[in-house]
Amino acid sequence: MILHVEQVTKNFGGLLALADVSFDLPEGWIMGLIGPNGAGKTTLFNILNGVYPPSLGRVIFRGEDITGRSPYLVARSGMARTYQVVRPLSELTVRENAMVGACFGREQHSKSSAKQAADNALAVVGLDDRAEQLAGTLNLSQKKRLEMARAVAARPHLLLLDEVLAGLNPSEVSRMLEIIRCIRDQGITILIIEHVMQAVMNVSEKIIVLESGAVIAEGTPDQVVSNPKVIEAYLGDPEQARLLMA
Amino acid sequence: MDFWKRPGSWSVLILILCAGSAVFAFKSDNLREIAFTILLYVTLASSLNIFLGFTGYINFGHIVFFGLGGYTGFYLMSVHGWSIYTASLAGGFIASALATLIGSAILRLRGAYFALATIGINEAARAFVNNFSPFGGSTGLSLNFSVYHQYGGPSKALWTTYGLMLIAAFAVVLISLVIRHSRFGLGLFAIREDEDAALTMGVNAPLYKTLAYVISAFFPAVVGTLFFFKNGNIEPGDAFRLHMSIEVLVMVMLGGQGTVLGPVLGAAAYERLRGLLLTSSALKNLHLLFAGVLLLLIVLFVPEGLVGSLRKRFAKLRKVLE
Repeated sequence: MILHVEQVTKNFGGLLALADVSFDLPEGWIMGLIGPNGAGKTTLFNILNGVYPPSLGRVIFRGEDITGRSPYLVARSGMARTYQVVRPLSELTVRENAMVGACFGREQHSKSSAKQAADNALAVVGLDDRAEQLAGTLNLSQKKRLEMARAVAARPHLLLLDEVLAGLNPSEVSRMLEIIRCIRDQGITILIIEHVMQAVMNVSEKIIVLESGAVIAEGTPDQVVSNPKVIEAYLGDPEQARLLMA
Repeated sequence: MDFWKRPGSWSVLILILCAGSAVFAFKSDNLREIAFTILLYVTLASSLNIFLGFTGYINFGHIVFFGLGGYTGFYLMSVHGWSIYTASLAGGFIASALATLIGSAILRLRGAYFALATIGINEAARAFVNNFSPFGGSTGLSLNFSVYHQYGGPSKALWTTYGLMLIAAFAVVLISLVIRHSRFGLGLFAIREDEDAALTMGVNAPLYKTLAYVISAFFPAVVGTLFFFKNGNIEPGDAFRLHMSIEVLVMVMLGGQGTVLGPVLGAAAYERLRGLLLTSSALKNLHLLFAGVLLLLIVLFVPEGLVGSLRKRFAKLRKVLE
């Protein structure tokens, strides 16, 4: 298991954002994390990469307890993430953005070797021809790919993707799915939050469903879509669900 | 090292070195005084830029290190008989040590709260020194005229001080260039653009911004010691002038925060303009008004400053202007 999440609970004052969340993620998998808005998906990511500590529970990453570790230490130990709302380093070039990942992520490159790592990562996401451009001048789809490149440039063990498909048009979505598979084929395990159901069903080996901070289902995409709890809580009308999955 | 492949790097160093050394050839006291003041502001602006320009944290209290370092160096010279060489370095190291303490406290703040805290630090330091008897309290300290003898008389001492000022200005620009092209600098830029994203990518932001603050505190302390050595006396009102801090900020913004050449040009240009304003009888009380209006105009119309906006507009200049 590359990631072992054990009974993670998070309260924000009186609000229970995550309740007793446990799951395992085997190495080399793509796992989908789905659930309605406000289910606690991004909160879970924030706990995994150390933005805030859980109120209770533990996060074991590659056999090491990383609960409550600062985000920069988590990044060094080999966990990278992207943000739902893109956060490009606007006044730096695309290449420099990726170099930050390479320099400060798991591999701790020197500045000269980071350039090569950055260019490789940019090639994976198809931004190599824009390396000299300022990151702020990219469009949304490119910025999302830049977030991926930054994360990949660190050559992490585990990549957390937070809604990288949101706001993309269908051709961009299929391109992004290609990229995600390509990253997994490089041996990087992926945990992906997604709202585009068809896409996440298509790309994941396993899916976890969160609702109101609790795991309500877990299994293969087929098991999850046929789970009545999921259909009721997440997809609403079973009839609607069948249409969505079609 | 691909230093020589970057004309933007060595040209600014050569500019400072040539212009600064040329002053020795003219043997003019007047010219030396003008150059001394320009180099003083070049050092203050460039050192502020290492923190403000590279990390994006607005600092209104940079001058606190000019005051504290100046006081420390001056105290060592006047009371303990240290030479200007060791005293100015000691002033620098003490200021950096204080910056480590102050930084670890206030660098937890961000944005406007941090900026306000820097003003508070400066005022607190002034109040402290005002009541600190080893530093002479509110009357300050003065040097015995005889100390200049060890440098070959007052006139030679002034030239020596000028030489040291040139070295300080050269050093701060050199260090700015080294940082700008280093891995450390890349981390600072990442913090400037988005600190949370930088943390997520593995940048040790608390350490990096403290280091930038500590490095930026060293140089104002060194030139503070030089400045007050030349003056012969030091008092709290002169050492912790908040408006001097703001003028240095204007220089950085004018030239281009985050660039290396920008603060150098900004300091030289603003200092010359201010010189003209101060010597004109009609305008001499208006130079601070001028600074305020200038800052307003820069923030509104050219937030990247002179060098920054040139770099932004002309991609080809990016290789030449740093």
